[in-house]
Amino acid sequence: MAGLKDRAFGIYAWFERRLGLEKPISEAAAHPTPPRSASWWYVFGSAATVLFMLQVVTGILLALVYTPSAGEAWASLQFLNHQITLGWFLRAIHGWGSDFMVAIVLIHMMQVFLFGAYKYPRELTWILGVFLLLFTLGMAFTGQVLRFDQDAYWGLGIGASIMSRVPWIGGNLVHLMLGGPIIAGQTLSRFFALHVFVIPGVLIACVAVHIWMVLRLGVNEWPMPGRVVSKATYDREYHELTAKTGVPFVPDAAWKDAVFAAAILLSVVACALIFGPFGPGGQPDPTIIQTAPKPDFFFLWIYAVLAYLPADLETPFLFIAPTVVIVGMLLLPLVAGEGEKHWSRRPVAVLMVAVIAVTLGVFTHLGTFTPWSPIMDSWSGDPTPAYFLKGRSPLEKQGALVLQNKQCRNCHELGGRGGMRGPALDAIAARMTEDQMIRQVLQGGGNMPAYGKALSPAETRALVAFLMTLRGKSNLAPAIDASRTLTQSGAMRIPIAPAAAAKTP
Amino acid sequence: MSPENESGHGEPVGTEPVHVVQRDSRRSFLFKLSLVLNGAVGAVLAVPVVGYLLGPALKRDEEYKSWVSLGAVGDFPEGETRLVDYRNPVTTGSDGATGNVACWVRRIQGNQFQVFAINCAHLGCPVRWFPQSHLFMCPCHGGAYYEDGSRASGPPERGLFEYQYSITNGKLMINAGQMPTLSNQACNQKPLIQIGSNEEERS
Repeated sequence: MAGLKDRAFGIYAWFERRLGLEKPISEAAAHPTPPRSASWWYVFGSAATVLFMLQVVTGILLALVYTPSAGEAWASLQFLNHQITLGWFLRAIHGWGSDFMVAIVLIHMMQVFLFGAYKYPRELTWILGVFLLLFTLGMAFTGQVLRFDQDAYWGLGIGASIMSRVPWIGGNLVHLMLGGPIIAGQTLSRFFALHVFVIPGVLIACVAVHIWMVLRLGVNEWPMPGRVVSKATYDREYHELTAKTGVPFVPDAAWKDAVFAAAILLSVVACALIFGPFGPGGQPDPTIIQTAPKPDFFFLWIYAVLAYLPADLETPFLFIAPTVVIVGMLLLPLVAGEGEKHWSRRPVAVLMVAVIAVTLGVFTHLGTFTPWSPIMDSWSGDPTPAYFLKGRSPLEKQGALVLQNKQCRNCHELGGRGGMRGPALDAIAARMTEDQMIRQVLQGGGNMPAYGKALSPAETRALVAFLMTLRGKSNLAPAIDASRTLTQSGAMRIPIAPAAAAKTP
Repeated sequence: MSPENESGHGEPVGTEPVHVVQRDSRRSFLFKLSLVLNGAVGAVLAVPVVGYLLGPALKRDEEYKSWVSLGAVGDFPEGETRLVDYRNPVTTGSDGATGNVACWVRRIQGNQFQVFAINCAHLGCPVRWFPQSHLFMCPCHGGAYYEDGSRASGPPERGLFEYQYSITNGKLMINAGQMPTLSNQACNQKPLIQIGSNEEERS
């Protein structure tokens, strides 16, 4: 036994003599960490790194089978899902790993921001972190393209349409992005190169430098109200803190990182097992236009914002807002590199996180059910509720048919079914008079197209007759035209008679 | 960490004697010369690399476009709008189905046509024609267009993109070849027939 041990040590010593890694590695592992920073709050960075490694490994495994050719990619994904042993599972792990990675990177960033960890001397670590976030999102977007289905195809179309709005060189940028005049073979090839070579390469380099800086500058100390960062004194204070009370990173802090990373990996595997892989959806054939393209979860908020921007604000907003946000994030540590770290002394920072989180959450939620989109088959598929047809005259029933046939339901709900682009029609007669309805239907306005050319007078009459019966389940009082009541009752006639007589020729 | 390591990572000073290179020595000159040489080689290499990368962007729009037949004029009933597929004039072997393009052909009457791009003028999603309500609707952000392609409602800031068309030997031809976007608008020139004036005549 002893001989074996000696031999093993001999082999180790042979390598160590040539590599010389023992000293730097043991120093890095044992670097003193502020005691309270060996915390569950400090585990997200390492979890993101572990997820990235998972993505690299599963990505390489998928690349063994995937065909990065526009004509064959979709079929190779189906082949992965159904023919290759556990291919579906690897795709599921890679897909869910991607979602987890974006989420963990965002949480990591939020934690670093709230703990003031971006302040002196860790400014560059934060700046590099901003780029890491952008590259992570870049991986998520290009990965969605490689899942070459209808959503990927039309998502590229959205990307190209955004590019085309760049002043002067927009057209050239579109061709650069697509690799040609249309979304086709060369487009997928270049997104494959980005997803598999370019961005991962840059990511690996940036992650290495990011971690190197963490080791070099030390783990951020636990923020305390009143403990103010000053460039003049911070280095000495941090050194005193770690020299006096510091604990070695391994094992005191590292075990929490390891446990959390394991929990995250298990969660990815569980999601992959329970929910399975993402798609692919419909074939990427642009002649199949029966599709409602949608981006992946982490881009839904952008999709929602694009629906709500006014047309004349859209192009400036698309280019100015991201620039402002990214430049702001990059400049943050340079502008606010000193001062309080604790969140209780930084109300603006806490408010910003809250506002940004709620905003992104609301837009993402809206993106999940897209209330701005017409539901294309609602007119032919959704039933008219029986209680809106009971006791109606033949003319009114004819109007109910017009309502279906003219696709009104694609944008208007009736009985909770239909599009949400326009208002629900269940109680429309309680809000609009007959005249208002006729005007709205024929001339449109307020985001409704004009139907004047699409409706015959008879159809309009029937449609409005039906709409006039829609006063909700509880039969609300009908909307009234106050001026008409007054003129008909004669109450207004006497006072206005001279003026009206003078005006009419 | 012990105090003597404070200034850095306590790297041991190299045991070999350090050769101080004098500023204007022959060796420092040769080293600078080698940097210049590599810079020059890098610049020479950059030309093909950049040229290769920017290749698709440097072509003019017209180089991508050519006239494509959509079928005989008689295939399109007057007063109707139909979905037509064509093969993009520029394709490669790996394009598969993505080399196909769809468009909406509206025959107004006689030889008067409008050929609309399938791509919404907002962000390029495929618009669908609803003959009953005479509207094109977009599934992405709710853009809607009238039958003549003009904007009806929603986020698009303009009407549908129109291809330039002509009728040759009884065939409907369009000048196509690149994805229509706001930067190229499918056709750079006005349509051969001014649709606006026809509309007025008809109404």
